[in-house]
Amino acid sequence: MYIRATGNISPQNTFGHAPFLVAPKVFKGNRLNCAEPEYKEIIDVKLIRRMSRIIKMGVAAAIECLQEAGVTKPDAIITGTAYGCLEDTGNFITKMVEHNEELLTPTAFIQSTHNTIGAQIGLLLQCNNYNNAFVHRGFSFESALLDGMMLLKENDAGNVLVGGVDEITDISHAILSRMGLYKRELVSNTDLFDPPSKGTIAGEGATFFLLSDQPSKNDYARLDAVTFFYKPENNAATEQQILSFLSAQAIAPNDIDLIITGRNGDIQNDEIYDQLQKTVFNNIVQVNYKQLCGEYPTSTAFALWMAANIFNTGALPPVLKTKAPDKIKKILIYNNFMGIHHSLLLISAC
Amino acid sequence: MSEPVFVAGVGVISAIGNNTAGCLTALANGKSGIGDMVYLNSIHRNKIPVAEVKLSNKELALQAKLPFSKSRTALLSMIAAKESLNNAAIENINSLRTGFISANSVGGMDKTEQFFTQFLANNQKGKLRDVIHHECGSITELVADQLGISNFISTISTACSSSANAIFYGARLIKNNILDVVVAGGTDSLTKFTLNGFNTLMILDDQPCQPFDENRRGLNLGEGAGYVVLVSEKVAATLKNPPSCTLSGYCNANDAYHQTASSPEGTGSFLAMSGALKKSNLQPADIDYINLHGTGTLNNDIAEGTAIKRLFDPHYPKMSSTKAYTGHTLGGCGGIEAVFSVLAIREGIIYPNLRLQTPMKDLPFTVETIFLKNITVKHVLSNSFGFGGNCSSLIFSKI
Repeated sequence: MYIRATGNISPQNTFGHAPFLVAPKVFKGNRLNCAEPEYKEIIDVKLIRRMSRIIKMGVAAAIECLQEAGVTKPDAIITGTAYGCLEDTGNFITKMVEHNEELLTPTAFIQSTHNTIGAQIGLLLQCNNYNNAFVHRGFSFESALLDGMMLLKENDAGNVLVGGVDEITDISHAILSRMGLYKRELVSNTDLFDPPSKGTIAGEGATFFLLSDQPSKNDYARLDAVTFFYKPENNAATEQQILSFLSAQAIAPNDIDLIITGRNGDIQNDEIYDQLQKTVFNNIVQVNYKQLCGEYPTSTAFALWMAANIFNTGALPPVLKTKAPDKIKKILIYNNFMGIHHSLLLISAC
Repeated sequence: MSEPVFVAGVGVISAIGNNTAGCLTALANGKSGIGDMVYLNSIHRNKIPVAEVKLSNKELALQAKLPFSKSRTALLSMIAAKESLNNAAIENINSLRTGFISANSVGGMDKTEQFFTQFLANNQKGKLRDVIHHECGSITELVADQLGISNFISTISTACSSSANAIFYGARLIKNNILDVVVAGGTDSLTKFTLNGFNTLMILDDQPCQPFDENRRGLNLGEGAGYVVLVSEKVAATLKNPPSCTLSGYCNANDAYHQTASSPEGTGSFLAMSGALKKSNLQPADIDYINLHGTGTLNNDIAEGTAIKRLFDPHYPKMSSTKAYTGHTLGGCGGIEAVFSVLAIREGIIYPNLRLQTPMKDLPFTVETIFLKNITVKHVLSNSFGFGGNCSSLIFSKI
């Protein structure tokens, strides 16, 4: 499978194919909101007015991706979103509770369904093809990616649009803060890992990829494999999963040139990465990504975008503060979300 | 990729029965599950009829062996999924790669609603345990953990077509040699969120619904869960009870017309049905029964009917919407109706479309009105169409 195009709206300046992370944004506090583009340059103004923020982000990132690929109607549109359209859900439930189930209007309800982003992309493109939405927490984007890769393998599609989309709202941030997910002290995202402390920083994003079964001159990278595993019993089980994943791809850990890890700055969460650094990932150059986009269930989409662009530019941007290995031919992304959802993505240079 | 995927077991809970046998009895006796609200606490009680599962959360929790404080959506899911696994009776299941692919439309919304009443007054209030399973995937995990399935879990949410998509994603995981066994389907419980949402759209019937009737007025919301156990050919060969059918065809298409309404010509429905036929290498005339999406809304039934006319004319199979029994169970309907489709093949039966008075004038066919038994049903097409133009069709074929 080949990554032919990308479209990314993230807390960094990533939209419009801005130069790769050259002007990193610094955030104070535990909430990294997306740097959103001027939507009226991308989406019909009449449509924008009805769309909530996550729908606008998703649709705009998808359009940018398709434009780069030169594809008007992909054979499949597949989205992964753990939380779905939180703003519309929050609006409808708030009015319902406040008005005791009376005087409600349908718009927020209509747009609250988890397939709204994919549906709006399909509607905008007048695309009657396969359209699916995966909503499984830290597996949402991975499930979507696997769906797309299987469609290509089954010859039921020649190109697929796959994306990961999640938003932070005031309500979700308040609730997740109460659950103890985020750092309480004022931190800057640039100091996420230093000094180690409890909690992470909230993130969001809308990141799309156009995958094709055929190579083209402009591909970013080759997507070799994706896998995800649930609640491994212990670190040894995680190591075993990583080794079997690599061996199924007929490679060994030392064939990997760079690892992108899902470290999120929470002491407990990051323990597994420290452990792996001593064992299977020993002596392999590692970089992190959540200091740039924050923690959210579909953040591996940002990591994949970063990997694609590392291949595209052939270098590590200075913001990653890491000396590049001599060659970068293979990148492994390993992420764990809340210690429950673990995923592995293997990407190669074309 | 062309290896068949077998249906080794089924499990269902709905307003007409707490298990497969209960549902079959009601289907045979023409007994609908639609009535006044008993368990959902809404101001629309006694005004808007619904199809509730006839058990309280405490009673469901006892059956599900889960705490009764958990979302009703998870309790329903657990009961039906467990029944499907018992029905499949796969002996060495622990040595196989087993997955759980479940669908739902609003996750643990029934609990989130409770949380919000306090949270809105003060955002430091409301019990976090009521909102912790808000996410769709969290419902799937509650059940997967209780079933002991951990090799592969995922959740799909494409509104009313959700569980049809879960079933065929599961089948493809087997065809791609990623899994050997998949429990696939979906669940939804009634919530104030969805009831009020559909009410604002003015597509709820204030009487028991009449799908495919000229004078239909809208849909009744229901709740329930339905799962099929899908297995590879290799696993099928080891089963004590040989499977009665395969999942021979499937297709997902998009209407790309409107966020909530279907196109008048039923483009998405037509593409989903014709795509599923193509996948199964069948002709329209091979289909013996269509389990219609048939919600009872003005818009769905004419769009679906028009697509059927375009695809099947002049060889119309027998057809009925079982939503006149179960109500529209949203994220659960594709699973529940997949179970009914498998049972139609296994038992040689076809269900009546209850309460039909006047067939739709613009359609050249009419739906079944009596329960048919002792007949051969070889191929069943099951339709699930939803918001966002998401249209999916499945075909089950007798072995």
